[in-house]
Amino acid sequence: MHAPDWIEIGPRGLRLKAADVWIDPPRPVARALITHGHADHARAGHAEAWATAQTLAIMAARGQAPVQPHPLRHGERHDFAGVTVSLHPAGHILGAAQIRLEGPDGTVIVVTGDYKRAPDPTCAAFEPVPCDILVTEATFALPVFRHPPPEAEVARLLAARAANPDRAILVGAYALGKAQRLVALMRAAGYQAPIFLHGAMERLMALYSAHGVALGELSSVSGQPKAQLAGAIVLAPPSALADRWSRRLPDPVTAMASGWMRIRARARQRGAELPLIISDHADWDELTATIIELRPREVWVTHGRDDALVHWCETRQIRARALHLVGRDDEDD
Amino acid sequence: MLFRLSYDYVGDLAETASLLWQESRGASSPTLAEAVGALRSATRASAPAVVAGLLDRLDTSGRFALLKLATGALRVGAGARLARVAFAERFGLDVTEVEELWHGLSPPYAALFAWAEGRGPRPDPGAGALFRPFMLAHPLEAPEAIDLAAHAFEWKWDGIRAQAVTAAGERRLFSRDGNDISATFPDLVAALPAAPLALDGELLVRGPDGQPASFNALQQRLNRKAPDARLLREAPVFLRAYDLLAEDGEDLRQLPFHARRARLESAVARLDPARFDLSPLVDLVDHAALAAARACPPHPSIEGLMLKRLDSPYVAGRVTGLWWKWKKAPFTIDCVLMYAQRGHGKRSSFYSDFTFGAWGRDGALLPVGKAYFGFTDEELKWLDKWVRDHTVARFGPVREVEKALVIEVAFEGVSTSSRHKSGLALRFPRIARIRADKPANEADTVEAIAALMAR
Ligand SMILES: [Zn+2]
Repeated sequence: MHAPDWIEIGPRGLRLKAADVWIDPPRPVARALITHGHADHARAGHAEAWATAQTLAIMAARGQAPVQPHPLRHGERHDFAGVTVSLHPAGHILGAAQIRLEGPDGTVIVVTGDYKRAPDPTCAAFEPVPCDILVTEATFALPVFRHPPPEAEVARLLAARAANPDRAILVGAYALGKAQRLVALMRAAGYQAPIFLHGAMERLMALYSAHGVALGELSSVSGQPKAQLAGAIVLAPPSALADRWSRRLPDPVTAMASGWMRIRARARQRGAELPLIISDHADWDELTATIIELRPREVWVTHGRDDALVHWCETRQIRARALHLVGRDDEDD
Repeated sequence: MLFRLSYDYVGDLAETASLLWQESRGASSPTLAEAVGALRSATRASAPAVVAGLLDRLDTSGRFALLKLATGALRVGAGARLARVAFAERFGLDVTEVEELWHGLSPPYAALFAWAEGRGPRPDPGAGALFRPFMLAHPLEAPEAIDLAAHAFEWKWDGIRAQAVTAAGERRLFSRDGNDISATFPDLVAALPAAPLALDGELLVRGPDGQPASFNALQQRLNRKAPDARLLREAPVFLRAYDLLAEDGEDLRQLPFHARRARLESAVARLDPARFDLSPLVDLVDHAALAAARACPPHPSIEGLMLKRLDSPYVAGRVTGLWWKWKKAPFTIDCVLMYAQRGHGKRSSFYSDFTFGAWGRDGALLPVGKAYFGFTDEELKWLDKWVRDHTVARFGPVREVEKALVIEVAFEGVSTSSRHKSGLALRFPRIARIRADKPANEADTVEAIAALMAR
């Protein structure tokens, strides 16, 4: 398997050789292209970074802003020393983009970053981009991962709230992406009451609202009397589920929203009474359907359960390789 | 291949199959009784079709439950004790009473349900040799607050807790969870007296010096459901008695500890001394003596101290304030992480199964043991990521990592072993702490660990 000579592949990621631009590099570099704002893709400390305006705003809000931000619109073409670069929606979180690279030899490489195909009211839908080489994530690349419809999972959450009027419903969700999608799903299901937030959630919620994502009435947990939170839905980062912070809630029902919740052992590790299978990543069916749809000549797998996806490609006569990138984190699901 | 990778990740066969099964919902879900009936009447030849038919009618968790039911492994996550507690709570009964009756009855416990629902009389557990639920101890948290005068002290022996019962001509030995282990230990069962009694004690192997042998010796016996004559001769077991629960048809459990102890001493005096002896009481004059006894017990087969209130009745389960256990401090060493493997069960899907080494004489790192990770999720996650970022080679599910991370390993003891190149085997090793602050060359040597053997 041979990569075009204009791109370099190493454990630290992909690099456009002539322009010396890295894609989602795990350590600070002079020039970076960033797919989306999750910390394992958008590191702090880059000198220059190109990304969507939303991703750059997220990076700034989390203290990861590059010295020189260069916002790119979806579909806008930009030349990097002979390689034409454009961004296309990935459907993962607000601002998340796939990166399309067209080299001087005409080879088209698409780097999906993290993506999903399921509809998400908080971000633009995934756009299938034809390519010769698809560089895909594989976070949930095992046939055991089939995400159920998120509406059904949210219905279970709302049913648990209705069944426990004296308890708070504490939902663990990643502060960037998952939390906003959960709120939007609850609103779409007709839940109108204020949703309460852990302090660590507030800034990014405000950022989503400022970017036009309708989230309804949100309120801070801090300062609320305990009794006021009976029957309330409270969102907190997963790390807060088990710590002292949750003691301020009345006898909370602990829920956790994550694609990993499909595996019992993972739900138990989280101590989740109510595991909600809601993921911002493509599941097995979406990953394989996307490859079938795009028919790339080759598939490169960046991170996750690469062995299974590479095996699947090979059984379908699609050339595939695992890139074994370092610095990727499983948990921003 | 995809099944193997999935199983490797999920860690449970039934769960993997339940997740992989293609949904084809249409027909209504079978009831539990219907599923059990269908499984019961299935033959070896018809079973695959019967199970497939049932799986097609269930959702993911239904499929999981069905497969667990069909493979007889439903107890995962719900032990028999939990079932008894649930039963007692459901019908507002005393769990101790349920425990007692339960062990005299057999599935599906129709008589027990009839009684609980007020449809039938209290079942007669029968006159045979019955199991009585064990009394358990709480870990001692505040040794300085213990009133020494109100307690008796005993060593906590490192064997397995067992109950030896003679009644109505039957002789039986039960393990801690109430399983009948008589067949595994025929030598001990044969030595039980003809007169009815129920002893609670520690099952131990007697070494050549007449003292309790290491737990490894007992492990050999536990591994053999039907021991041969040679094993019976080389690893004879005996019961070191802690308590007397019944004698000559009289239930002694309501008596205070000191009164039961007096009856125990005279009962054991009448038994075969090769098979039964007394767990001696330890005389401790003050809190300093208590701490010293726990820190340096007089025999390697002692795990720690037991503190029992002199006035405590024998109550099933772990009742607060009556019995305490104070385990001796385990050893700790600093080792270097060498290999990592995905765990199974609770820890599946993380690298959580670790081989670690210590420095040999020639400066090479030698593996000394393997342990699971006993940590918080944050640490587990950190270590999982460390492994993925520092992999130098892969062998199937195993990753070899850079020899750069020091971990503190706690263990109960050390013995010689031919299995590891280091010549050492650690007993119950567990990773106590990640020592990211410590350079690998400051980890312990094999020699230093071997020196602990003498202690
Ligand atoms: Zn992401």
